[in-house]
Amino acid sequence: MASLIKGRRVFHASLSLPKGEVLRLEPGDDPASIGNRLACAAWVEVSFPKFGDGRGYTLARLLRERYGYRGELRAVGQVTRDNLQLLERCGFDAFLLRDGEDPHEALRGFDDFSVSYQ
Amino acid sequence: MYRYDELDQRLVDERVRQFRDQTRRFLEGTIPEEEFKALRLRNGLYIQKYAPMLRIAIPYGLLNSNQLRKLADIARRYDRGTGHFSTRQNLQLNWPKLHEVPEILAELATVQLHAIQTSGNCIRNVTTDHFAGVAADEIVDSFVWCELIRQWSTFNAEFSYLPRKFKIAVNGAAKDRAAVAVHDIGLHAVKKNNEVGFKVLVGGGLGRTPMIGHVIRDFLPWPHLLTYLEAILRVYNRHGRRDNIHKARIKILVKERGPERFREEVEAEWAHLRDGAGTLTEEKVSYAQSRFTKPDYEKTGTDHVFPSIPGFNAWKKRNVHPHKVPGYAAVTLSLKKTGVPPGDVTSEQMDAIAELAERYSFGELRVTHEQNLVLADVRERDLPRLWHQARELGLATPNIGLLTNIISCPGGDFCALANAKSIPVAQAIQETFDDLDFLHDIGELDLNISGCMNACGHHHVGHIGILGVDKNGDEWYQVEVGGNQAPASLGRVIGPSFARAEVPGVIARLIECYLAHRESEFERFVDVVHRIGIEPFKEHVYGEPHQGTARLPRELVAA
Repeated sequence: MASLIKGRRVFHASLSLPKGEVLRLEPGDDPASIGNRLACAAWVEVSFPKFGDGRGYTLARLLRERYGYRGELRAVGQVTRDNLQLLERCGFDAFLLRDGEDPHEALRGFDDFSVSYQ
Repeated sequence: MYRYDELDQRLVDERVRQFRDQTRRFLEGTIPEEEFKALRLRNGLYIQKYAPMLRIAIPYGLLNSNQLRKLADIARRYDRGTGHFSTRQNLQLNWPKLHEVPEILAELATVQLHAIQTSGNCIRNVTTDHFAGVAADEIVDSFVWCELIRQWSTFNAEFSYLPRKFKIAVNGAAKDRAAVAVHDIGLHAVKKNNEVGFKVLVGGGLGRTPMIGHVIRDFLPWPHLLTYLEAILRVYNRHGRRDNIHKARIKILVKERGPERFREEVEAEWAHLRDGAGTLTEEKVSYAQSRFTKPDYEKTGTDHVFPSIPGFNAWKKRNVHPHKVPGYAAVTLSLKKTGVPPGDVTSEQMDAIAELAERYSFGELRVTHEQNLVLADVRERDLPRLWHQARELGLATPNIGLLTNIISCPGGDFCALANAKSIPVAQAIQETFDDLDFLHDIGELDLNISGCMNACGHHHVGHIGILGVDKNGDEWYQVEVGGNQAPASLGRVIGPSFARAEVPGVIARLIECYLAHRESEFERFVDVVHRIGIEPFKEHVYGEPHQGTARLPRELVAA
């Protein structure tokens, strides 16, 4: 059962049902392609097909800062304890953990660093 | 010297804790190998040929004596008593044990050192001029700008997983001693109407596809430094190639797009970031400045009469450099003594160097990208005493800027990537050119050796560059001439490669050709190559088949 972390709490992902359209960006996508549909989206998913592919971090910042998106921004794919805090810092607020990740262990990832330079 | 504030220290301590936990989880089997690789690399940990290699960051090459003593201590206790200074001004240990690395990092943190982002596909240690802050031709003190970039790039979430590694160099003086044109981003300080700014170069780099960077902005006023870097990195992070590791550096993106289109994309991105939260203010810059200690220079005479000892004179000519404060000089301690792998220092030497730094240079030193150490603030009147002591330690070889000041990667003796060994080649060349008078007569000559096309030994920008290549499992060496660090030019291969034993003879032939063609002793080897081209050199090396290339003309060695 896939775990979804939101607001530092763990949910079953299957219980999270969209009220509206779910938009999704792959790493190579341009956020402009969904810019005009953001207002009525249930949430926006940004995909991380590989752990080392960091394009989604920039996409998140663009959605938040350039497109002013305030709704749920969900990281999906290779989402693990070791990138949760980086994802959060780029604007993600929902995290669909990779299969097999222990969600309670993963929560500790948010506490790796208590401060930052940026 | 930069001193940590509470935030700096906390981040480094938390990093140690994080990596300790990651190592534990890897050893327990809950982090997949490939993922741990990405995590350990950004803590400087490689898995090498015989053992792991740990690359410790020396931010912009600046180090104090306590830190050096700690490095000596770590090398002694966790390694085999030797450290290797690299061309990115870092220190590498070649024999640490994986499970002890968290402990080493914890020890480093006690003296404000770390191994953060010394490898991996992220922004690496920012490098600069080793005479920053003391150079007579200074425009700005580049350390402050390097520190601001260090903070901005450290754990920058957005740029944590770039397509490939990313290297930034800053030069703050009129003369470029940081080789800014062969970095992913090169920043050269400029003053315009008394305002400080930076010329911005992008897309330079060495490696298997060497390229010289393009200027995409002639003058970027300093408040915009970080937002502009952010714009460049963002374009690269989104559009840099990720399908082929050999085409993933920013230089390929700049080349594919063309510098003009790339510049337009950066400017378009920057239009959104400009004047935003990342903009630097007087306050932020002066805070960073205030974290640096400044040497308390004394008023000292400049009219010293130095003893006329030939060895001292040669050392003073090659290893002592001008300083912006009258009565002071900067001194290079050569780590290029014949018989010692270039850039290597033992723990005993590190302790002794720390002592010298305290006695003669306010307890500080710098690591140069040419793999030497610099005592930047030495009173001129102390030079004779320093020379005596440095000589006893084997650190006073008067060869800075000369042929035997060889830049070399660790090569096949240590590195898993290498095609060929580089250290024995460096040693054979040093032995061939051991005659100091002859060496001084040849004049300025950069000779750089890389054991593979990754070019860690910067062979493309050596006046003579040597590259280890693999031919059916055998080690061969390709020779280039005409490269230069700054103004940057890339060397050209003179022809088919050579067996290792032939290399010193080939170098001797190149020198012979140079001496025959130079117009005066002021015309350097590289100047002659640029004036007459590589053909005469080629002919001189390959042109006389009856002589072969392996034999070294004896009269030349004895000259």
